[in-house]
Amino acid sequence: MKKKRENLLQAMNRGKIGYLFILPYILIFFTFTVLPVIISIIFSFTSFNVLEWPKFVGFANYSRLFFSDSVFVTGVKNTIVFAVILGPGGFLMSLICAWFINELSPVIRSIVTLIFYAPSISGNAYLIWSIFFSGDDYGYANSILTRLGFITEPIQFFTNPDYMIWVIIIISLWTSLGTGFLSLIAAFQGIDRTYYEAGAIDGIKNRWQELWYITMPLLRPQMMFSSLMSITSSFSIGPAITALCGYPTTDYAAHTIMNHLTDYGSTRFEMGYASAIAVVLFFMMIGFNKIMQKFLAGVGD
Amino acid sequence: MAIKKRKHKKLYLNRSLGGNIVINIFLVLIGAFMVLPMVYAVSNSLKPLSELWIYPPTFLPQNPNLSNFKSLFTLMGDSWVPFSRYLANTLTVAVVGTGGHVIISSLCAYALAKIKFPGREFIFQVIVLSLMFSTAVTGIPNYLIMGKLHMINTQWALIVPAFGSSLGLYLMKQFIEANIPDVLIEAAHIDGAGHSLIFWRLVMPLVKPAWLTLIIFSFQSLWGVGATTFIQSENLKTLNYALSQIMAGGIARQGTAAAATVIMMLVPVIVFVTVQSNVVETVATSGMKD
Repeated sequence: MKKKRENLLQAMNRGKIGYLFILPYILIFFTFTVLPVIISIIFSFTSFNVLEWPKFVGFANYSRLFFSDSVFVTGVKNTIVFAVILGPGGFLMSLICAWFINELSPVIRSIVTLIFYAPSISGNAYLIWSIFFSGDDYGYANSILTRLGFITEPIQFFTNPDYMIWVIIIISLWTSLGTGFLSLIAAFQGIDRTYYEAGAIDGIKNRWQELWYITMPLLRPQMMFSSLMSITSSFSIGPAITALCGYPTTDYAAHTIMNHLTDYGSTRFEMGYASAIAVVLFFMMIGFNKIMQKFLAGVGD
Repeated sequence: MAIKKRKHKKLYLNRSLGGNIVINIFLVLIGAFMVLPMVYAVSNSLKPLSELWIYPPTFLPQNPNLSNFKSLFTLMGDSWVPFSRYLANTLTVAVVGTGGHVIISSLCAYALAKIKFPGREFIFQVIVLSLMFSTAVTGIPNYLIMGKLHMINTQWALIVPAFGSSLGLYLMKQFIEANIPDVLIEAAHIDGAGHSLIFWRLVMPLVKPAWLTLIIFSFQSLWGVGATTFIQSENLKTLNYALSQIMAGGIARQGTAAAATVIMMLVPVIVFVTVQSNVVETVATSGMKD
């Protein structure tokens, strides 16, 4: 036991330059990220209306969430549906687009990258779709469908539950080429081309084999980053749903955990309850991330 | 040059012509959808007010002019806090925040990826986990902490937390791990280089695409900072806040709002184009890979 501690101290001493390197970041990270998260987790066990001092209530918030808040349960279901489609979907779209773009000549590549990244950089990205799918005569989709004779009265894309989910999924996929996509564009730049030549000698026959057996294993660290970005954004599409369909959505058909969180946190000021929702969301994301990492670890086998 | 060109052609082995054609068609189709919001924002800003409300709505302006921008600049000139002040505030936050974040998080990412010390795995796990906790509920604790540190109503409230963002750290760590082989660092050690020298002269140039990309992310998010509870003084507020005040002026301000959207978008686009063209020019060759 004593020897173990000595070894640890020795290892710490040998790595002391490492502690020096991480010190500035860790101080700031701890103060402005870790500490607020810890305080929020503590809030989740309290009843807290922002004005009065929080009151400890044990697991009451959590039992209320799962046993007496049916809207939350709907929210969990919808969140899972969106995450299962948009998490892997957004990641695959980022990967495939970055891969295709990588083979263009440098000047064209920067222009195309800007075009693909455009929805993430323009502040009014959703606006165009709310006009396109608008339920009145101003909506392009309805006006085209009417003119072609498919429909006689306009479809309420944002309020009819049959269409709502699909419209949200299309628009979210369209905005999914963000952080993860751009980091994959950069990641492709880091691959040593000699690997491809070696691969060709070893019998790689087409671009798909090259992607699967050479490129993807080399990009595994960056793909893990990109997939996490995709997961976090698929779990937090709540504000986009509110911007498009309003709040709450018809019959809570597109109600997600994030919408529930905003409702209790910013509208009703039940911070304790909102924090409990955030904690549940946190664990769901961890679970999803674990699954995605498992898949990524098997790449190239 | 001739040799270089031949080498460039050789980069793409195993490519069928048919595949190339399909991929290019795919890129054009998707690209057409992606560019829509940007085209729409610009075209709307060029529409005179009368055209914004005509039926059926037009995608492109019929008589494009700059009247919206003119009225935006008039409104900006009337503001009691000069607009140059808002611009300077936003630039300070975006430039200082981005610069500090890139340096501080790269240093930490390098240590977590390449220096062995007890606890580094644990620290890294905590950083990755933190990305998954919703910031929607951390606002109040953050406000309390900033109050204790006397940062409320100073620009540090926006700048310092940006230094420690987890996204940038995770990005840098993954790139250093993927692109820098351990043997390269060991070789530099044998040649007598310390970690500071290795980090600055060897690692950072090799992961240039990564930190250039990080500059884009960080600048873009800090440029977009609008109204915040951390800052109350009018002359410390940001450009985005000031423009959103103008945009909130109702229907009569629709044209000006469209112009303001374009102005807000312009600077991140310029930064993006400048930085991104450097990303794609970097041909990374570490000379050795394990």
